[in-house]
Amino acid sequence: MALLTVKNLTKNFGGLCANSNISMEVASNELVGLIGPNGAGKTTLFNMLTGVYEPSGGTILLNNGDHEVSIGGMKPYKVTAMGIARTFQNIRLFKGLSVLENVKIAMHKDVHYHLAQAIFRTPKFYQEEARMEKQARELLSIMKLDQKSGELADNLPYGEQRRLEIARALATNPKLLFLDEPAAGMNPQETAELTELIRFIKERFQISIVLIEHDMSLVMNLCERIYVLDYGKMIAKGTPSEIAVNQKVIDSYLGEEV
Amino acid sequence: MKQSFSRKNITALLILVVSVILLSVMFGLIPPKWQKTFITACYYIIGALGLNLIIGVSGQFSLGHAGFIAIGAYSVGIIFQSNATIYGFALGTALGIVITCAVALIIAIPTFRLRGDYLAIATLGFSEIIRIVIQNLDITGGASGLSYLSFEGINDQGMFIMMVITIMLAILLIVNYVKSSHGRATVSVREDEIAAEAMGINTTKYKTVAFLIGASLAAVAGAYFGPMNFFIKPGDFGFTKSIDVLVIVVLGGMGSLSGTVVGGIFIAVMNTFLQDYSEIRMILYALILVLVMILRPRGLFGNKEITDIWKKKTKGAE
Repeated sequence: MALLTVKNLTKNFGGLCANSNISMEVASNELVGLIGPNGAGKTTLFNMLTGVYEPSGGTILLNNGDHEVSIGGMKPYKVTAMGIARTFQNIRLFKGLSVLENVKIAMHKDVHYHLAQAIFRTPKFYQEEARMEKQARELLSIMKLDQKSGELADNLPYGEQRRLEIARALATNPKLLFLDEPAAGMNPQETAELTELIRFIKERFQISIVLIEHDMSLVMNLCERIYVLDYGKMIAKGTPSEIAVNQKVIDSYLGEEV
Repeated sequence: MKQSFSRKNITALLILVVSVILLSVMFGLIPPKWQKTFITACYYIIGALGLNLIIGVSGQFSLGHAGFIAIGAYSVGIIFQSNATIYGFALGTALGIVITCAVALIIAIPTFRLRGDYLAIATLGFSEIIRIVIQNLDITGGASGLSYLSFEGINDQGMFIMMVITIMLAILLIVNYVKSSHGRATVSVREDEIAAEAMGINTTKYKTVAFLIGASLAAVAGAYFGPMNFFIKPGDFGFTKSIDVLVIVVLGGMGSLSGTVVGGIFIAVMNTFLQDYSEIRMILYALILVLVMILRPRGLFGNKEITDIWKKKTKGAE
């Protein structure tokens, strides 16, 4: 049974059809790419899968251990609680807070003390805070950000902000991670490092990753399967080698080699 | 680990007790005119601490503080008609907090489902509704208000001590809230609501929690308002009252509790100096705000606290 099953998903904004009849599947521990020209509806699809938009039609099913749960139209924080995390195309960190706090906030949904226990500072509070601190620091050291834990997120260099966004998403303890253009604005060297990092994360945390990316070196290198969107429709799916020679994809997006 | 925590708590408690005693002794020594000033300052600070939690911490813009202050003031005022003791005061305050929370929930449930500044409009409207309801009820004395609200068995000094303790408890409450996972969740709403929601934070819930705590503190401030002035009328709780409290928060710095305390004292002292020139008071208010916005756009303290000085020193020593 696939981890995520999307059937005939549609999103209309007034008369504009941003996504029509999208169907896709993501297996567990799989790396899937989502490519297509700008405006093809990739981010819209992400927004529906993570609860930001309510689908106009179709179903999204998430495999929750023994049964499938329909998550279409669920609120984003509930979707996150089901085990789906994401990063954003234009970085959305909590800029005024430290790197460590950014990660801790993402761990909040699993915290085991309630408000009164926090206000009266019960032993449970200190216990849980110590646990969170330890887990957050572990995660930061995996993401090679442990030296920066006290810095404001806003003061990090661009590449590290991207890394922190991934670290923060991982802190929600997801089964499925959506990365929206993780390599945007990176140079080839940084992109190569990111490629390794994504591969490492998939193995280390045993999660599925779906990524939107325009950098073909990253997509072709990394993804096991690729879906191609154009004008809101799914025009192709397959392995990287199949996609690279697919005439429809070449016409609409990849282009001919001159 | 545990031991150092409890030692820290005992030290903090000692500092609190000593400072309360010192403050009350000092209070006894100053002239009555200035005693009144400091009681007013305490009243402003309690209300502004609540508003700072709403505006500075959760990032929601509320213009309805006057309404919540009015609820607190009238709850105590009505109970005081039959029982003007400390017990009546406690009962009235508790009643005020309960009613305030109910009203705040009615405002919060529809508005916090939306993103943006809807709260400002909703609170502004509700605060006026509260004032007009009070003006037309019999139990609240209508437009002429309630009088004879002096405290039985508690003089100005006693009230000052009560208010200082209230302020300290309020600061403790806010600090403990903000420096917990729930507090971080609330701050994340201010920083980036969409990202917070994507990280599993129920943003509606935490906006509501901060709003309820903030509104309750306004009710507590209102509870002191009657005994402080001996007299309350609906006109005391107009829109400008909300602005007074807002000025303190903006002046001190949004998100800074130290700033709110300093801002509250500053405004109360200013008011005393300008008692005889009430016409130019509002002009001076505006001038000061303009100057603050030019010279320190984030308020006197920004989002820093007085304790940060000490924190930086220990960091440097490491």
